[in-house]
Amino acid sequence: MNGFAIVWDSRDVLLSGFANTITLSAIAAVVSLVLGTFLAMALMARSKAARIAATLYVDAMRCVPFLLLAYLIYYGLPSFGIRMSNWTSGLIALIVYNVAYMAELLRAAWVNLPKESIEAGHAFGFHGLKLVRRIILPPVFFAAVPMIGNQTIQIIKDSAFLTIIAVAELTQAAMAIQTTYFVPFASFVAAIALYWITCMAIETGVAFVGRVAKARQ
Amino acid sequence: MTWYDVYAIFQGAVFTVSISLASIVIGLPLGLGFALIRWSRVPVLDRLVIVYVSVIRASPAVTLALLIFFALPVVGISMGAVTAAVVTLTLSTAAFNTEIWRGALMSFPTDQLESARAFGMRRGLRFRRIVFPQLVHSALPALVNEMTLQVKSSPAIAVLGLVDITRAASRVGARTYDPLPPFVVALVLYSLIVAVFVTTQRLIERRRVAELEALR
Repeated sequence: MNGFAIVWDSRDVLLSGFANTITLSAIAAVVSLVLGTFLAMALMARSKAARIAATLYVDAMRCVPFLLLAYLIYYGLPSFGIRMSNWTSGLIALIVYNVAYMAELLRAAWVNLPKESIEAGHAFGFHGLKLVRRIILPPVFFAAVPMIGNQTIQIIKDSAFLTIIAVAELTQAAMAIQTTYFVPFASFVAAIALYWITCMAIETGVAFVGRVAKARQ
Repeated sequence: MTWYDVYAIFQGAVFTVSISLASIVIGLPLGLGFALIRWSRVPVLDRLVIVYVSVIRASPAVTLALLIFFALPVVGISMGAVTAAVVTLTLSTAAFNTEIWRGALMSFPTDQLESARAFGMRRGLRFRRIVFPQLVHSALPALVNEMTLQVKSSPAIAVLGLVDITRAASRVGARTYDPLPPFVVALVLYSLIVAVFVTTQRLIERRRVAELEALR
C-alpha cells in the first residue's frame, strides 16, 4: 500500500490536526469538569429553584445531539453580535454540552456516597461549602474517575463533529489528505488509529488512578 | 420560519428514526452474536471481537462514516450513502451492544445453567429456554440507553450529505438567519424520540414485574 507512504509524507498535516483535537478535548474536559462540579452542586442544592434550573439544563443537553448544539452556537451567536472563529465556537460547544454530562455523572457518584461520612463531617462542625469541599467532593471525584475517563473519550469523539463546521481537527486533516492525494483508506485508517491510541492512553490512565485510589484506602 | 420549514425538519425526523431503527434492529442480534463468541471463548474469533470493540468504541461516528463511504470502494466494496450510513451506525452500536450483552452474560447465575445441564438440556436449547429470556430483561435498561445514544450520534451521517433532523434544522436556520426556532423544533423532536424509547422500556419492565408476580 503506497497510500500509507503518502500519508506518512504529509504526516505534519495529520499531526497538527491531531494536536488540535488533543488541545480542544483537553481544554474542554478540564473546563467542563470544573464547571460541572458547580452544576452538580446546584443539582444537589437545598434550594428548589437552583435544582429545577440545573435539572432543566442537564436534561436539555441530554436530549440534543452534539452537532445540533455546535450548529446553534456557530450560526446562532453571530446574530446576537458575538463573532468567534470556528475553533472558539467549537470549543464553547464542547464545553457547554459536556458540562451537563460531567455534572450528571458527579451527581450519580454523590448520591451513592455513604451517609456516614457526611454525618461525621457535620459532627466535626463542617457546614455548607466547606463540607462540600473537604468531605464530599474528594471521594466523589475518586469514585467518578472511570466515568470522567469515559466522558473524556466521548469529548474526543464529539470533537470529530467539529469537522462539519470546518475546525481543523484530526478528521478534518484526514479529509484534507484524502481530497489532495485521493488516499481515503490510508488517511482515515491513520486517523482512527490515532483516536484509538488516545483512548487507550486515557483508559490506562484511569486504571492507574484506580490502583492509586485502592492503595490509599 | 414557516410551516413548510417545520415539515422539512419533520421529514428529517422520519429519516433519523428510520436509519436509527435499521441500525438498532441489525445491531442488537449482531452484538449478541459477538458477545456469545466472547462468552464461549471461540478461539481467534474472540480476539477479533475484542479488537473490534476496542477500535469502534474509540472512533468517532463521523470518521467511521467517512472511512466506510470513501475508503471501502478502494477495497472493492462500494455502497450508496444511505447504506454506508446504516453500516456505520450498525457497526458502532453493535460494538457497544456487545459489551452490554457480555456484561449480562457474565452476571448470569451459573446454578441455573448447571441445573439445566442436569436436566439434560442441550446447549442451544439451554440458551433459548433458560438464558436468553432472562438475558433480555437484565440487559434491557443498558440497551435502551445505548439506543438513545445512537439516535444522538446519528447526525454524524451529515458528512455523507444525508439530511436528518439536525441537518434539516441547520438548513432552515441558515436560510432564515434565525437558528433558534428550528433548533427548538429539533430539540422537541429528539426529546420525543428519546421519550418513546424510554417509555417502551418502562412498559416492558412493568409487564415483566407483573409476570413475575403472577408466577409467585
